[in-house]
Amino acid sequence: MSGLHPKAPFPKAAEASVNQPQLRANLRKVTHTIRAKRAAVVAELPYWEQLRQLGAATKDDSLVNLSDRLLELERNVQARGGQVHWARDAAEAREIVARIALAHGERELIKVKSITSDEIELNQALEEHGIHAIETDLAELIVQLSHDTPSHILVPAIHRNRAEIQALFNAELPGEGGLSDNPQDLAAAARRYLRHKFLTTRMAVSGANFAVAETGTVCVVESEGNGRMCLTLPEVLVSIMGIEKVLDTWEDIAVFMETLPRSSTAERMNPYNSFWSGVTEGDGPQEFHLILLDNGRTHVLADEFGRQTLRCIRCSACLNVCPVYERAGGHAYGSVYPGPIGSILTPQLLGMHDKNANSLPFASSLCGACYEVCPVEINIPQVLIYLRNEGNAHKGPNAESLAMGAARVAMSEGWRWEGALRLARLGQGPLVRQGEISWLPGMLAGWTEVRDLPALPREGFREWWKAREGSRTVDANTQAGPPDIVQDAQNRESPPANVQEGGHPPAGQHGQEGEDHA
Amino acid sequence: MSHPKSVHPHNAEARLEMLTVINRAIAGAAPVEKPAYPRPQPLSAAEREEQFRDRILDYRAHYTRVPLAELPQAIAASLGRAQRVLVPAGIPADWLPAGLEQLRDEPPLSHAQLDRAEAVVTGCAVAVSETGTICLDHGAEQGRRALSLIPDLHVCVVRENQIVQTVRGAVERLGLAVRAGRPLTWLSGGSATSDIELVRVEGVHGPRALHVIVIAE
Amino acid sequence: MKVDLYLTCVNDAMFPRTGQATVRLLERLGCEVRFNPCQTCCGQMHMNTGYREDALVLARKFVREYEHAEAVVMPSGSCAAMVRELYPQAAQWAGDDELLRGVQALESRIFELSEFLVDRLGVTDVGAYYPHRVTYHPTCHAARMLHVGDRPLQLLRNVRGMTLLELEGAEECCGFGGTFAVKNADVSAAMLADKTRHIQDTGAEACTAGDNSCLLHIGGGLHRLRSGVRTVHLAEILASTEEEVFA
Repeated sequence: MSGLHPKAPFPKAAEASVNQPQLRANLRKVTHTIRAKRAAVVAELPYWEQLRQLGAATKDDSLVNLSDRLLELERNVQARGGQVHWARDAAEAREIVARIALAHGERELIKVKSITSDEIELNQALEEHGIHAIETDLAELIVQLSHDTPSHILVPAIHRNRAEIQALFNAELPGEGGLSDNPQDLAAAARRYLRHKFLTTRMAVSGANFAVAETGTVCVVESEGNGRMCLTLPEVLVSIMGIEKVLDTWEDIAVFMETLPRSSTAERMNPYNSFWSGVTEGDGPQEFHLILLDNGRTHVLADEFGRQTLRCIRCSACLNVCPVYERAGGHAYGSVYPGPIGSILTPQLLGMHDKNANSLPFASSLCGACYEVCPVEINIPQVLIYLRNEGNAHKGPNAESLAMGAARVAMSEGWRWEGALRLARLGQGPLVRQGEISWLPGMLAGWTEVRDLPALPREGFREWWKAREGSRTVDANTQAGPPDIVQDAQNRESPPANVQEGGHPPAGQHGQEGEDHA
Repeated sequence: MSHPKSVHPHNAEARLEMLTVINRAIAGAAPVEKPAYPRPQPLSAAEREEQFRDRILDYRAHYTRVPLAELPQAIAASLGRAQRVLVPAGIPADWLPAGLEQLRDEPPLSHAQLDRAEAVVTGCAVAVSETGTICLDHGAEQGRRALSLIPDLHVCVVRENQIVQTVRGAVERLGLAVRAGRPLTWLSGGSATSDIELVRVEGVHGPRALHVIVIAE
Repeated sequence: MKVDLYLTCVNDAMFPRTGQATVRLLERLGCEVRFNPCQTCCGQMHMNTGYREDALVLARKFVREYEHAEAVVMPSGSCAAMVRELYPQAAQWAGDDELLRGVQALESRIFELSEFLVDRLGVTDVGAYYPHRVTYHPTCHAARMLHVGDRPLQLLRNVRGMTLLELEGAEECCGFGGTFAVKNADVSAAMLADKTRHIQDTGAEACTAGDNSCLLHIGGGLHRLRSGVRTVHLAEILASTEEEVFA
């Protein structure tokens, strides 16, 4: 597992993945399937946009009161018999988990899928202490057994097909060997393997989807039941949560229980949600530890504009609609947080000085599909643009920034711009063949790898306009008034009915006053 | 029950530093106005029951609705040939079919004993029609969490007046239980995974079958 | 009505016919079209590539030059979106209150072409004639930032002589994204491959859109493939009449 740190810049990592047929086919299938299902379950709630706004405001409210919320959470978890730990970074969090395991003499523990634990690269650290962590989510188990890394927030092994999983389980799961490639059989094999572990392992580690300050309640949402097993059967439970997961009151959980499942698995509700507050006598683990993890989150919090990234509830809706993710796959992002949210979260957590991570905000065509589906209204395209500026500021002057500066100068006055266009029309000569340019040098070479470029026309709009202006007086007199078609429209009620059908109001007030050609 | 010795001395230092950095980060931030919670058109009790049934069936769980008098037969039908049925302490005796081989959690059963149970019968705290969700607060009619987790068949009895329309409505009803420190489990259909090529497989680790019986009122 | 044509830098440099078509169309509908020769670029390329200060210079220039305009019409969804959506945000990032006030005062007078025709002039049948098989690609910024909805389609459905063909995956980005196309050329090419395939699958002779930057990208791909499918700006279709067919 690579944690947060990309090992290569995005374009280089993506270059390899776009040409893998199996990966592309799997990604196309998963993204398009979930996309359509999500749209259907979201359409069932006519007040979806209000839920998004409420979700965003609920998260913002917690973020601007974060220290109070965390202290209240700590107090209430402790009051209910739990213990609270504070971890400034990944290393501190890992050490806390290891220390708890060693204090109990545990050499094996079971884990609920937790991206936060992947972020801090917990499993490797535990191995170094001689502690083996068993992933119990089916996809995470596949990833772990094949020494691979997750490529999707929701379906981490989506880059693997059934034949690969069949071979893996037959080789790696004790007692197996004759499994078919039927997903039903493969899931059943995982059940057989894990059932004994669930019943006998004495310590579990989980993440947390939400925590409620007022009641000291922690929440985990899941589908398979492995979460319930881990949260219920062991004697010791350790939950690791990013500090941004905390909510104010119990009732705050409702909006997310509506928006998260529909955005994530595209279900009205996912099969299982577990909530617990500290320790319940006679029910579940009798020792509970909650680790509050910073690991860069406070830097994100300190940025008033970038702070909205911390609203993220890890639903992965943005991955499933992203045309870049669909083609590059999760591994290209080099972090446990892939896709559009990863393109902002990873560099924000690491800081824009990380030279691989700071390629991530550029891994977007700014098409805006991610923002449209985000259940907490993170304006990902705007944060991307914001971070691109930060990233450039860290880079200092280079060929691109000089070219941009030169363009700005040329564009700062109309006459300069006209001159620049004239020069370009002359200068393009050597590149043009039959009206098209098929090869460009340097930074622009990427364009002509797969695209032609039409040559600049010999005469631009400005020349046409000037020539026309010369004979303008005559033309203007022949233009007596608007044709009937427009006059008819203007005499109608305002706005015309067909405008309202468009679904969205026009940008401004478009009354009929100010029409000056009656 | 707490074990303060496992909290490391570095914790106090980390805590102080994190809180300081957070306070600096949010200094002067404007308070946030939360908009009102949107509410759908309310459904009648009959419409709620209809919606609930639709959702439960959509999850491919079993659904039955019977008057109280017929509940024992309905439970017997759901249990089929299951032996060793876990029955939480608070289940009313008149719910149960005669001659049922009951497994009681008194004194608490071991994990291995629970694993030998084939089914469990529970009540619930509240149910949501819009999402087909059943919420357990692990009171006397539901027992501790492990009881409704380990057996392969979960027969869950829902009183009609426990069905609310919205998630928000259920969260409000659960407020007392959560504030009393009780854990909750929300069930929406049975255990499932789509981790292999996005093919849905039902019944992974949780009970592989969920039977919902609504008591008609 | 007096209309200021904001041509946009891409059209200024590469697509004079789109500008000419917009002028013809608006004049045909009774507008008095003006062209301020001081105009250059809205700054979108600078802003989206992360050169905010450069973009702000161009944003201030724009607001200065058009603050008194009655209506500014742009044959480009992304440039209209830049002015209406990103200028205010950039002004806030820069703490430039004067720019923010200027943009907010101007915002309601900035129109993408189809918005202007449908909302401001109240016209969906512009009397156009275009005897070709055409498919329409809704560009991302017009769709998701301006929310133009089906306005371009309302206009296209009323064009006489034209067969409008439905495009699969129409709402998916073509992969242009400004400098994205060169910085992430591989992913952009993969996106473009799907877009050009879907366009070719329609059997259309031409693909139209409201933004020439996207069409530059799509057209570059179609030309490289020697597909024989061309691109044509919405304005050129709408400006075409039985007397004169554009493009």
